[in-house]
Amino acid sequence: MRIKINGKEKITELRDLYSIKAGYFPGNPENLVVILNGFQTPDNLQINDGDEIVLIEKGEMPEQTEFEAMLSARHTPGVYERVKKARVAVAGLGGLGSNIAVALARTGVGHLHLVDFDVVEPSNLNRQQYRIKHLGMYKTEAMQLELAEINPFISVSIDTVRVTEKNAVALFAADEIVCEAFDHPEAKALLINSLLTRCPAPKIVGGSGMAGFESSNTIQTQRVMKNFYLCGDRQTQAQVGRGLMAPRVGVCAGHQANMVLRLLLGQEDA
Amino acid sequence: MSLVVINGQQVDNAEKMTLKDYLVREGYVLSRIAVEYNGEIIPREAYGEKQLQDGDCLEIISFVGGG
Repeated sequence: MRIKINGKEKITELRDLYSIKAGYFPGNPENLVVILNGFQTPDNLQINDGDEIVLIEKGEMPEQTEFEAMLSARHTPGVYERVKKARVAVAGLGGLGSNIAVALARTGVGHLHLVDFDVVEPSNLNRQQYRIKHLGMYKTEAMQLELAEINPFISVSIDTVRVTEKNAVALFAADEIVCEAFDHPEAKALLINSLLTRCPAPKIVGGSGMAGFESSNTIQTQRVMKNFYLCGDRQTQAQVGRGLMAPRVGVCAGHQANMVLRLLLGQEDA
Repeated sequence: MSLVVINGQQVDNAEKMTLKDYLVREGYVLSRIAVEYNGEIIPREAYGEKQLQDGDCLEIISFVGGG
């Protein structure tokens, strides 16, 4: 029987997880996390030809060769191989973009293209994926460092520029999927209008309406145009007396990141 | 009887206007929208040239601030 253990092909006669554990990690089995085809289990499940098994010793830093298999072990089988080949742009690295970038990096999207002109300042920390140590840095550079700490097996390219009507098409020329994650409505409209008139148009996943603390359930993903998916409640704008906060911005960013993942896996419905 | 459909709703008295006139009449802020006209995105500078006609189908997306 041919199986994969920690990313390496093995031929084995062993038939269940406890035998595999004993055979490959003779130490204390309590200290082992066992993941079978994306599902973590403590049970002695039967194994079959073609199964992917990941065994992780808690508290141990794995060898580099096993580390990538361990990082992606909880994904649904087949997903990692597909997202690893993908390239996705994130336009704007604020509350939406920083959360989208982190989610896509954790998912293993092979190449992320990050675009933002601004620096990290203290009022960003209420909802954006930065820390005290990033204050004053360009968001592109701060996020690139952060993503390297989360998933070193993806490549990240950055452009520290403001997106304009003049540079938009060239800037995103290599990106088949672009996340619109800007703050200002004019910037959102500019990106959508510039990129959707390009030929061929990319798929764009945007956000509009996620301020305040209204119900999470009003935030939706809708396919509003052939190549444009819009997440948010489309109404609650940031305004005096209604700020942007981590939970609801995170809900919207999650919608966007999940729509990107769906597109990468061939699901075009919202 | 008009057969212009905008954001899924049949809209009366929209035919024979330009897209720009319609958008202004309805109070859209032109710098904050994107318009898909019969399946094609329309550049902002072309709004004034698009004459709405029976059978047209438009999707107008307005963006609000925050991200």
